[in-house]
Amino acid sequence: MQEATSTGSTIEQHGHAGLVADWAADKQTFTMPWGKAMMWIFLLSDTFIFSCFLTGYMSVRTTTTTPWPVPSEVFALTIAGHHIPLILIAIMTFILISSSGSMAMAVNCGYRGERKKTALLMVITALFGASFVGMQAFEWTKLIVEEGIRPWGNPLGAPQFGSSFFMITGFHGMHVSIGVIYLLVVAFKVWRGDYVSRGYEIVEITGLYWHFVDLVWVFIFAFFYLW
Amino acid sequence: MSEHAEGQQQHPIAIYFWIWGLLFVLSTFSYLVDYFEFHGMVRWTLILIFMFLKAGFIIAVFMHMMWERLALIYAILLPPLLLLVLIGLMSVEGKYVNSIRSTFFDPPAASAGHVEKSETP
Repeated sequence: MQEATSTGSTIEQHGHAGLVADWAADKQTFTMPWGKAMMWIFLLSDTFIFSCFLTGYMSVRTTTTTPWPVPSEVFALTIAGHHIPLILIAIMTFILISSSGSMAMAVNCGYRGERKKTALLMVITALFGASFVGMQAFEWTKLIVEEGIRPWGNPLGAPQFGSSFFMITGFHGMHVSIGVIYLLVVAFKVWRGDYVSRGYEIVEITGLYWHFVDLVWVFIFAFFYLW
Repeated sequence: MSEHAEGQQQHPIAIYFWIWGLLFVLSTFSYLVDYFEFHGMVRWTLILIFMFLKAGFIIAVFMHMMWERLALIYAILLPPLLLLVLIGLMSVEGKYVNSIRSTFFDPPAASAGHVEKSETP
């Protein structure tokens, strides 16, 4: 009882007094399930990985003296006779944002205890993710087969274009694919009722990972496709 | 604003729809930057503005960062600032390597292509 009240009082503190209390008091620092704290730490490390990739991309793009291929032309598609620049990437962006939206809904439904709705929304999110990976496979096929772009060179200009493209989008695509599997596993367990008594924090943790995948895409979209 | 002692994040569903819509609008804007072929400083500024707004909304609302306690916010958001050092160093180094390459290793830059190259920027 004594312990419960003392924990309660530190929770009450907000702002920087709360920050000091959280780190300095004789208690758990992060008032959340350990899985969520660890997911945040993992995402922090992943931030560094993707940042290193993007910084490496910046380096090779600055150092090369060969002209850099124009992304908006490389990723253009001709739909119904119209030549639209970068359209596939734009569609992929909207799909990933929609999947983030449906994931946020799933987290919300989870905490309201709506088991089946949560599982359904997670499956929808996974389907969005799978279609994103499908479009990426289409994009890769087009670039490899039609444009002849390879990790070691391409006919459009700087060879570094191919290497950074395949590494960065490949690593991101791998994150999306793993996310789809992760979502489906958790959705199945939610559907089965594993979390009725344990609580639905796991949905929020899965959501953190999924939103991070979307977040990384925001940076790839800006730096690789638009820059 | 509801904050649960167990660390649960439960918020009105309307805010998610708002952010969802905003992200769509911001993505459309960043696509239009390319579509209308803005170039140079305008393009880079617009791209960065839309990028940071989108990233901010995703972290703050979808990932619930704005409702978390400062202990987590600082633990997660401060370390990536170190990356600015890496980016700065690599940018300086990259420009130096580029100048060395253009001077010594790039045959077109050393001969006929040099004139054409200096015109492009």
